[in-house]
Amino acid sequence: MDIPYTVEVRRDTGLTNGKIGIWLFLASEVMLFGALFASYILIRTGAPSWPRGATILNVPLATFNTIVLISSSVTMVMAWASLMRRRFGTFRIYMAATILLGFVFLVVKYFEYSHKFENGLYPSTNNFLAIYFTLTGLHMLHVFGGMMVNAYFLGPGSKQWKTNPEWFTNRVEHSGLFWHFVDLVWIFLFPTLYLL
Amino acid sequence: MTSDHVATSDHAADIDRHVRVYITVFVSLMALTIITVAISYLHLPLPLAVTAALLVATVKGSLVACYFMHLISEKKLIYAVLGLTAVFFVVLLALPVVTVHNGYWIH
Repeated sequence: MDIPYTVEVRRDTGLTNGKIGIWLFLASEVMLFGALFASYILIRTGAPSWPRGATILNVPLATFNTIVLISSSVTMVMAWASLMRRRFGTFRIYMAATILLGFVFLVVKYFEYSHKFENGLYPSTNNFLAIYFTLTGLHMLHVFGGMMVNAYFLGPGSKQWKTNPEWFTNRVEHSGLFWHFVDLVWIFLFPTLYLL
Repeated sequence: MTSDHVATSDHAADIDRHVRVYITVFVSLMALTIITVAISYLHLPLPLAVTAALLVATVKGSLVACYFMHLISEKKLIYAVLGLTAVFFVVLLALPVVTVHNGYWIH
């Protein structure tokens, strides 16, 4: 049986089921990260002293990563716009760039983490590092997950373009919504952890 | 349908307009990132630094949500879902504040 309302919109909602589904999922993600942000506020306000992120973390590297992730959001939305223009070749270039930028983000985080571990800084060291590793670790998992989905749409999943281009375009749009959300979370993580 | 399919001129013009907006938003986000880092080097008092950093982050987040995620022209149901989420999110963030001020979860 075919999945209903993948391309045509429902009369009652004016939306496809996929669009509603991804937004409900993102709403649950807001609560997940919200719980961790609330924990951060609770731990920080209850601590007798709290280090400024810049004294422990590498701000230039994180700034570079912020630029990388914002750029990947642009390439992602351009990938979707390319499909809307029926330019599949251009879509592939932008999607590949998005995945590459996600990979660059993870490589930079690897070097950041490695440097911390080499200096004996672990999640168990103090509350600041515990919340830093938890929030950035969870965020990295999201980046990795988004990369996997995008890689699927660049690779085997792209066959759908030939059989059902509208549905494929919608799926890429939904994948893009997740990717932008990951970017949005980093936009708040960056100043909260590194600059304050 | 193939990748060579030619979109209608109206549709193409609409997408071109969207692309121009994406590029403008991208430049704005880059500028705001530089502003965020520059503010941190001013070594402002913590309450002021928090306010400034979160204000800039909120503007950046709004740009991403409104234009890249197309929330600026979304259906009512999506707004309803996000409105409900926002209420729960605020309650979630307010819980630690209640704890800090009163010393109890429920007072």
